[in-house]
Amino acid sequence: MSTSTVSTTINGDAVQFACPTDESLLDAIRNRVGLTGVKEGCGTGDCGACSITMDGRLVCSCLVLGVEANGRAIETVEGMADGDQLHPLQEKFIEHAALQCGICTPGFLIAARVLLERNPDPTEKEIRYALAGNLCRCTGYDKIVRAVQAAAKEMRKASKKRTRK
Amino acid sequence: MRYETPETTRDAAALLAAEKGEAYILAGGTDLLVRMKAGLLEPDLLVDIKQVPAMNGIQQTAAGFRIGAAVPAVELGEHRALGRTWPGVVEAAKLIGSDQVQGRCTIAGNLCNASPAADTVPALMAAGAKAVVVGPERRRTVPVEKLPRGPGTMALAKSEVVEAILLPQRPAKSGDAYLRFIPRTEMDIAVVGAAVNLTLERGVVKTARIALGAVAPTAVLVPRAARAIIGTRLDDAALEKMAAACSAACNPIDDKRGTIAYRVKVAGVLARRAACIAYERAGGKR
Amino acid sequence: MRQDTKFTNQNFRVIGSRVNRPDGMDKVTGRARYGADYDAPGQLVGLFLRSPHAHARIVSMDISRAEKLAGVKAIITADDLPDLTNGNREMLDILENSMARGRALYDGHAVAAVAASDVKTARKALKLIKVEYEQLPHVTDVDEAMQPDAPVIHDWIFTQGVNPTPKKPSNVCNRTEMGHGDVDAGFARAAHIIEKSYKTEQTHQGYIEPHACVASMGPDGSGELWVTTQGHFAYRNVCAELLGLDIAKLKVTSSEIGGGFGGKTHVWAEPIALALSRKANRPVKVVMTRDEVFRATGPASSTSIDVKIGVTKKGRIIAASAELRYADGAFPGPWAILGAMTSFACYDLKNVKTVGYDVICNRPKVAAYRAPSAPMAAFAIESTVDLAAAAVGMDAVDFRIKNAAKKGTLSSYGVTYGPIGIGPTLDAAKNHPHMKAKLKKNQGRGMACGFWFNFGGQTCSTINIAADGTVNLSVGTIDVGGSRASLSLIAAEELGIPYEHVKASVADTASLGHNDMTDGSRGTFSSGMATIVAARRAIEVMKERAAAMWDIPVDKVDWKDGHAVAKGKKNSKLAPLSLKEIAENSPNTGGPIAGHNEFVADGAGVSFASHLCDVEVDPETGATRIVRYTVIQDAGKAIHPDYVEGQFQGGAAQGIGWALNEEYIYGEDGRLQNPGFLDYRIPVCSDLPFIDTQILEIPNPDHPYGVRGVGETSIVPPLAAIGNAISNAVGLRMTHVPMSPPRILAALEAGE
Repeated sequence: MSTSTVSTTINGDAVQFACPTDESLLDAIRNRVGLTGVKEGCGTGDCGACSITMDGRLVCSCLVLGVEANGRAIETVEGMADGDQLHPLQEKFIEHAALQCGICTPGFLIAARVLLERNPDPTEKEIRYALAGNLCRCTGYDKIVRAVQAAAKEMRKASKKRTRK
Repeated sequence: MRYETPETTRDAAALLAAEKGEAYILAGGTDLLVRMKAGLLEPDLLVDIKQVPAMNGIQQTAAGFRIGAAVPAVELGEHRALGRTWPGVVEAAKLIGSDQVQGRCTIAGNLCNASPAADTVPALMAAGAKAVVVGPERRRTVPVEKLPRGPGTMALAKSEVVEAILLPQRPAKSGDAYLRFIPRTEMDIAVVGAAVNLTLERGVVKTARIALGAVAPTAVLVPRAARAIIGTRLDDAALEKMAAACSAACNPIDDKRGTIAYRVKVAGVLARRAACIAYERAGGKR
Repeated sequence: MRQDTKFTNQNFRVIGSRVNRPDGMDKVTGRARYGADYDAPGQLVGLFLRSPHAHARIVSMDISRAEKLAGVKAIITADDLPDLTNGNREMLDILENSMARGRALYDGHAVAAVAASDVKTARKALKLIKVEYEQLPHVTDVDEAMQPDAPVIHDWIFTQGVNPTPKKPSNVCNRTEMGHGDVDAGFARAAHIIEKSYKTEQTHQGYIEPHACVASMGPDGSGELWVTTQGHFAYRNVCAELLGLDIAKLKVTSSEIGGGFGGKTHVWAEPIALALSRKANRPVKVVMTRDEVFRATGPASSTSIDVKIGVTKKGRIIAASAELRYADGAFPGPWAILGAMTSFACYDLKNVKTVGYDVICNRPKVAAYRAPSAPMAAFAIESTVDLAAAAVGMDAVDFRIKNAAKKGTLSSYGVTYGPIGIGPTLDAAKNHPHMKAKLKKNQGRGMACGFWFNFGGQTCSTINIAADGTVNLSVGTIDVGGSRASLSLIAAEELGIPYEHVKASVADTASLGHNDMTDGSRGTFSSGMATIVAARRAIEVMKERAAAMWDIPVDKVDWKDGHAVAKGKKNSKLAPLSLKEIAENSPNTGGPIAGHNEFVADGAGVSFASHLCDVEVDPETGATRIVRYTVIQDAGKAIHPDYVEGQFQGGAAQGIGWALNEEYIYGEDGRLQNPGFLDYRIPVCSDLPFIDTQILEIPNPDHPYGVRGVGETSIVPPLAAIGNAISNAVGLRMTHVPMSPPRILAALEAGE
């Protein structure tokens, strides 16, 4: 039994794929499901470009087997926007020029989203440590951290508005 | 490659026992998958233990804490009582790789990889942790320091599985701490790691356990270093003696991560700093 | 048409604004397609077999078992790659670097490649290829490679640049001498002479995206290549020459590029991917692993440098010399030449001499890395300049201000400077609030200057006006850092339309004339100039069309704020025609409206920077933390300030990594021990503070807007700035980069 059929949920959609049991979830998502927003920078969990969430947990999809996704709920960068409404992090990354080549951007967005869900008002230091598993070689991280700060601020404002209602 | 998801620890052990080829336990996979990708391993069987109920969850018991072998490091950080009681163990778990890696990696896996540089192993040794080891025939409870034999080798039979890690309950006025040195602020493998666990009585160190990582073929307990601070208020002289004992206990190698001289020196430095943190956490004032 | 590309001072409408980049939406939603994100129907997987040895003769290679494996469609070895380079050794080196020819020259050197129906089959096939190696003596250290008893790696290398040319081959492929005046006479008159030797270890560009391509070729000699590259035209020309193809029949499309920093200006696996595809007559996809990227692509040189500086009592540098030894890896390159040229470029010197040696060793063929060769030279020179300042009791900034090059200075590499920014960046540094910030225990402040030439080169751009008045801008320089945004701003500025009306794309090689690569910080400079001229030509066409619509002579039509305006009293009743109106009428006035420009962009403006850095050193572990960092650089004109700042910050971060931790670590066996992001330690987010920037704008007289390149200079000063800061923090002069914790602790202990 070296191939397995996997039933999973990706960005809310039920997805089925068959993959060899030793294939990484990263390869399965990219090559079998066709979501190439999940990037491979190293394949060894050192760069974070392949970050996704699985049942809400931030993981490197290169360090998960495709077969392990069976019955799980997966979120990738492709599922961040709500229809034509970008996630505040996506908006702020564009506005703050927080990307240059952009290859690391999907991973940063996912990691930053998990951070802000857990901690809506992180300090600069908390942001930097939470994003330490995501390598960026273009920006020196400056504008990325500023974009996350700006998104956090906007999300706090929006959630205040919601609770007032 | 066969991929199996047993639902009991005994079944997991039985699968390992029955496999003629290469078989591995898959917990977090953060080391296993890297080695598979590099072509260093070509398993015939992977036994994924994450669907075994006994290996999931952190339980607080009268005896202390029971941390399932499949519990990812991130859950240790989220467990308030564990963090209050064993902050050193939790901070060690929170140092492994990135948040992404901590979403997967387990402390049992960290132990079973038998890497001398594993972050949680010195912290577990200092804490007096034990591993629940299950084979097809019997289960046994083993002090953590008895398990690693050398780089990549464990005192475990082929069919034995670590089911959980046990941390003892501890008296009041206790504290532990783990520090490691890495060149960057995150993401590196420890060049040196130092864990200190102590209990105070009226400000005097009553019991202590000190362990070092990445300075010998396995993480090591350093009883001489512990003795150097027992009975003291962690004065500078005691700390110096402890640091010297730590440096003396080192038997490191030169490699791409650090030199022998560097590891020997920094082992003492980190142990000293970790001891001060543990002392403070135990309510001591230097 | 004459091209006027001289600088004219003007008030800009959109230039200098911080607009959203056009590729932003695709990049935050995961839609942007990079090298590995493209698939061709029926594609095969291409994998490489690489040498595990630093230096070995390939005694025999048996591919017969691999060939017979079901699913294997093609295998390529050197036997499949005849030398078609007509004696062009440089081209043959590229071919030989892509695939070993009889000898493996470094750990990771490709010896065979396989195309198979899937990854598993390809991997299995690699294992079935039997290679018999005879290990040869190897050398990986630059100084050891220069020794007379070192193993000579190529028997065809006889040191160039010495007279007479040696009769014996050696690893020294080139000697370069730069400078002017009489250094010996200068040193004789010096009050103080400082001499110091330095070493820097090898670094990699470390782009996050591994090399990737899909090659598709038929036996008819036509083909396509989808590839992540900094120069798709260059890739096309090189691949065509190596494989004996007609250039025009190979179409290369550049994907989005996930970082390059010079490392994607050279071909690696691409010619082999094409050869596999041609042999299999199927598309072949090759994606390198990170391990392959480190072992077989990129790196910058490791170096060994001696510096000597003589100063007068009053703090004037009276003589300066340096000998620079650069490891080129397995094949010759221009790396020491660039080091020798840039060494003293910041200073106004009467007597200066630099000698560079390019040296072969058993490491990967060195590639350009952001201001290639300049950071190492700057580390050595700027460290010594601090020592010279100290010797005369001067402040490091004041000393540099006193000796800085200025307009009219004969540079150490032979060019006489026009208006330049070194003085202004130093003045800005002196007055920067950073200088007044308090330092705590174990902290120190350092500064250093840097220089880069910037390139121009062959460039063309096309502007096509769509029927609704929106504009397609096609450029041929790869967008590595936001140039589609800056070039769209330029087109909008010239045409007088909103930025949002311009859509910039990087055209494939079949759709535009040849463009040199995006290197030398030339993207916005060169394509910007081409775009300005193309836009002005499109305006000329639109004036003709407006004249036709009005039925007046074209010389009575002006262009103002995006409108054709009729001149003269007679025409005063004619309302201005917008670009949109002219575009809408174009089917009736002569058809599509376009503007082109094909030219060689001359007059790239040199760029200077001064960096300030505060560090904290842990005296017990040797760990260095960057506490504060400021980049001050002359941009000429910042078209899009966000992305200028981004270049300053990104270069500084790379320099910080280089200074503190990044290095290739080779074992005694000549094998690379850290080919991964785990142990090749590029800075992570928590390693760095915010990086302050200050953009100065000293116009480049040879660009219409005054643009200078901005991409590279920022990586030049950090090594020295950090070295100087460490020195001021703990009183240690570190001479070996990276200044890693074990090196600093060892130096501290030795000092005690």
